[in-house]
Amino acid sequence: MRLSESNNMTKLTIDGQEVEVEAGVSVLQACESIGIEIPRFCYHERLSIAGNCRMCLVEMERAPKPIASCAMPASEGMVITTNSPKVRRMRQSVMEFLLINHPLDCPICDQGGECDLQDQSIGYGFDKSRYTEEKRIVEDKYMGPLIKTSMTRCIQCTRCIRFAREIAGIPDIGTIGRGEHLEIGTYVEKALTSELSGNLVDICPVGALNSAPYSNKARSWEMRNTESIDVMDALGSAIRIDSRGNEILRIQPRLNEDVNEEWISDKTRYACDGLNKRRLDQPYVKRDGKLQPATWPEAFDAIAKQLEGKDGSKIAALAGDQADVESMTALKDLMGSLGSQNMDCRGEGWALDAAQRASYIFNTTIAGIEQADACLLVGTNPRIEAPVLNARIRKRYLMGGFSVAAIGPNVDLTYKHQNLGAGPQSLHEIAEGHGEFAQVLENAERPMLIIGMGAIERGDGAQVLSLARLIAERYGMVVDGWNGFNVLQTAAARVGGLDVGFVPQQGSLGHGGIVAGAANGDIHTVYLLACDDFDSAALENTFVIYQGHHGDRGAHVADVILPGAAYTEKTATYVNTEGRVQLSSRAVFPPGDAREDWTIIRALSDVLGKRLGYDSAPQLRSRMAEINPVFAAYDTVSPAAWGTFGESGNLVDLPFTSNIENFYMTDPISRASQTMAECSDVFVTQTHGGKTGTNG
Amino acid sequence: MLKDIDRIFTNIYGLNDCTLAGALSRGDWDGTKSILERGNDTIIDEMKVSGLRGRGGAGFSTGMKWSFMPKVVGDRPHYLVINADEGEPGTCKDRDILRNDPHKLIEGALIAGFTMRAHAAYCYVRGEFFREAEALQRAVDEAYAAGLIGKNACGSGWKFDFHIHMGAGAYICGEESALIQSLEGKKGQPRLKPPFPANVGAWGCPTTVNNVESIAVVPAILRRGPGWFSDLGKPNNTGTKLFNISGHVNTPCTVEEEMGIPLKELIEKHGGGVRGGWDNLLAVIPGGASVPMLKKEVCETITMDFDALSAVKSGLGTAAVMVMDKSTDVIAAITRLSKFYRHESCGQCTPCREGTGWMWRMMERMKIGNATIDEIDLLEEVSRQIEGHTICALGDAAAWPVQGLIKNFRPLMEERITQYQAAQANAAE
Repeated sequence: MRLSESNNMTKLTIDGQEVEVEAGVSVLQACESIGIEIPRFCYHERLSIAGNCRMCLVEMERAPKPIASCAMPASEGMVITTNSPKVRRMRQSVMEFLLINHPLDCPICDQGGECDLQDQSIGYGFDKSRYTEEKRIVEDKYMGPLIKTSMTRCIQCTRCIRFAREIAGIPDIGTIGRGEHLEIGTYVEKALTSELSGNLVDICPVGALNSAPYSNKARSWEMRNTESIDVMDALGSAIRIDSRGNEILRIQPRLNEDVNEEWISDKTRYACDGLNKRRLDQPYVKRDGKLQPATWPEAFDAIAKQLEGKDGSKIAALAGDQADVESMTALKDLMGSLGSQNMDCRGEGWALDAAQRASYIFNTTIAGIEQADACLLVGTNPRIEAPVLNARIRKRYLMGGFSVAAIGPNVDLTYKHQNLGAGPQSLHEIAEGHGEFAQVLENAERPMLIIGMGAIERGDGAQVLSLARLIAERYGMVVDGWNGFNVLQTAAARVGGLDVGFVPQQGSLGHGGIVAGAANGDIHTVYLLACDDFDSAALENTFVIYQGHHGDRGAHVADVILPGAAYTEKTATYVNTEGRVQLSSRAVFPPGDAREDWTIIRALSDVLGKRLGYDSAPQLRSRMAEINPVFAAYDTVSPAAWGTFGESGNLVDLPFTSNIENFYMTDPISRASQTMAECSDVFVTQTHGGKTGTNG
Repeated sequence: MLKDIDRIFTNIYGLNDCTLAGALSRGDWDGTKSILERGNDTIIDEMKVSGLRGRGGAGFSTGMKWSFMPKVVGDRPHYLVINADEGEPGTCKDRDILRNDPHKLIEGALIAGFTMRAHAAYCYVRGEFFREAEALQRAVDEAYAAGLIGKNACGSGWKFDFHIHMGAGAYICGEESALIQSLEGKKGQPRLKPPFPANVGAWGCPTTVNNVESIAVVPAILRRGPGWFSDLGKPNNTGTKLFNISGHVNTPCTVEEEMGIPLKELIEKHGGGVRGGWDNLLAVIPGGASVPMLKKEVCETITMDFDALSAVKSGLGTAAVMVMDKSTDVIAAITRLSKFYRHESCGQCTPCREGTGWMWRMMERMKIGNATIDEIDLLEEVSRQIEGHTICALGDAAAWPVQGLIKNFRPLMEERITQYQAAQANAAE
């Protein structure tokens, strides 16, 4: 039990036990604090209280009626009974009412086995049915390509409505009708316009809202659950990968209060069908102008033959958005031993300074957003770049006393904010202290700034960073115990790559130089480590080694393809935008001949006669910690030292935009996903409904 | 029997001039300023002394309710909300106040608003009361024009506005928190309590919701003195009350009478007696559709007040007396009420949403006898499973008529089932 030192404690009696709880908590929470389970359907700790299911009724002394424990604040001297025959009877009553119009089609319901209604019915229900009247049938609703509805199963708990309004920030769902005819619906038929809509499936305590792509694919108890980390954006959300055999059937969120609470984005959840499509499952070597299947030794030999007798300093390596730190470390070491420092992991974001950690991470931390009192967004649309982080900003917004302004795209972020303009001029004005919002930042105690990759991935990125740094310093965003300067990365690999120094050394070529060098012959060989998101056509005339898991853009220009593992197929390190070092877990094996990425590079180093000095993942991770001590501690964030970064100079007068155009297609996995393609149709290109059957 | 001199609603039948001039001639708006000058605390004390209990059905002390409002106005304004969503079947008292004696309501609203430090009253009028709302609006306009309400109401220096809001025809919006939701433009569904409206009411501000009749009698009480009011009626059930007598009586009517009048006297004197004579009486629903019915034996002696009726496990409710003579199929009558409650349930909370439909379906079978004797117990049990387990009182209101039926007419229900089964057996042969 909590200590009673503070005055804000309340003492009450529950089932004869004296309990002390913080003032303001509900009776239900007080019961939970001493391990008394109160059944509930509508109550969810992250949503507002509805008190409508009536499952949590308990007896309170001197109250004429039973009380809804979820809605009743615990107060001094209350005497609560949760285990009397009367309470048991009330729970049976509510269970019975909930079930009379429920279809009881559990054997064909995807929620079966993980259904609150099923579980609580066993724990608290009657053993027989007394209802002989006709049952209610409810027409299913269309809620978009991700949610499959079976509304007859709905128990009208309104969790989905509250989730949509409060967390996702869309007023699209509500109740229509009344009494028995009360239905959950979208008023007018439409797909839910939220990047977090998949969470409705988790929120729904019954099988009314289910995952459409997962529909009728498996029973929950058949699957193996692997706890891992997401790489579809740079948040590193905690996920659980559910697989059967070697197939991943679904991805669900895991609790991580510091990062994603219990939400994940629709891409995180639904792009997983892309893991089974367009996979590279064996090495390929280009012969006679055509990529042809090969064995591992043939592929390695082709590389060795290409490099034989050539100038090692004219090799280059590019790491992509989902590369893990282990393979980047191995590749960096291999490049070094071949005599080249031409490497880059930053793509167009070459302005990011690997020497200043505070300049490329989200210093405030995601949970830290809740402490901020003003926020300036620069060149970012967090709603599509990091939907879960956007939900955290909205959460802070709903607490009140938080002003948000944006410089960049004028979009609906699901919370009220002021758009100060699209271009650098507006940024200058803030830097010079002009305008209303400058005053807001001036008066804020803990102001923060979020700069998106859209503002950095441009020719004047270094100047933008410099200006942003000046703004942070001017408004006291960086003080003892508070750092309000944040870069919102969009690639899961980026911070890890910068941490491990996968960037060019003085005098060697970075991303732009490598691509240009490949075009003009200065670079004879380019090693692409899961690198797809750039204009790969420039590499047509260069020898390209592509290591990755999907036959995406990089593989199209490859001379040798080394099949690697996707994030679900390897135990590997990723560093999220906050600088949090996390380890993913292998849920399934890579398909066919594909291998874990760092082992491929390690094997290649042998063939090239440049054997790398580690034989196991732990040894490799020691090497990473040697390069950068942040890799010595997983799952934590440590504050980064503030320094000078960026370059002073003029900004180009071009509007800031987000670096993501289509949320549903940002990487090889989501581009291979059929579900994401459907979402793209419905939400982005909006061809839904216009299809004639001859499209595509 | 109430003396004419003690009558509050002197134009309840609309026989006289309903305009401001008429109201003034009957004594309304007389010395309102001096009433306000007594101060908030005195007015509340006088209201408590008068013993007025809320006329909307629950019978909670009006003075006490007013005293729950914060004593100081913080950053949130206070509101008075008047419940004119008179939807209880059989009830038609507020309607007559709205159309025939509206100035009593407006004057009462000013006094109540002033007492609770509210500068505005919102009168939520049932959607079907279109003409009544027009009549009320006319009176409001007159009161504004005469300076009785407005920037300087009655010269008291108190700013007071009176707004009329039309409902859209939902019974549940007569429940105070659903009414507030609806007033705010939301779906009319009751809110959880706590917080109570006196803390968090309309638009999140301290709010008191009072019934039309409760507010309309306030000026008379304060003008004639709380002692006058408390001398009428019975202890703890003081004053006068509007009764609505409907059903199988010779002269259905709305009448103001003293609280505690014997039911029989009420029916005989004002209702012109039961159709076919007192002995033709079967049962009476004494307080609107939601209270359990009384059998004739009880009706002989029962008095019409809160305490006496709750002692016989019924209630005064809105004092809408529905009289049923022996020609009534009482099972069918209660089935109709069950259908009403099933239709009007807001659907928010489980027991009422699911239970009202279940009860109605069983009642439909009971009506023709297509059930088993055991199912009467099941019906009773289902009604008990709803009662007391819901967010608002609609669940209770739906359960009580059914419980009243089973309590008073179980043999009839059994007989009908037996008859039905016999008929079925005959048909099968």
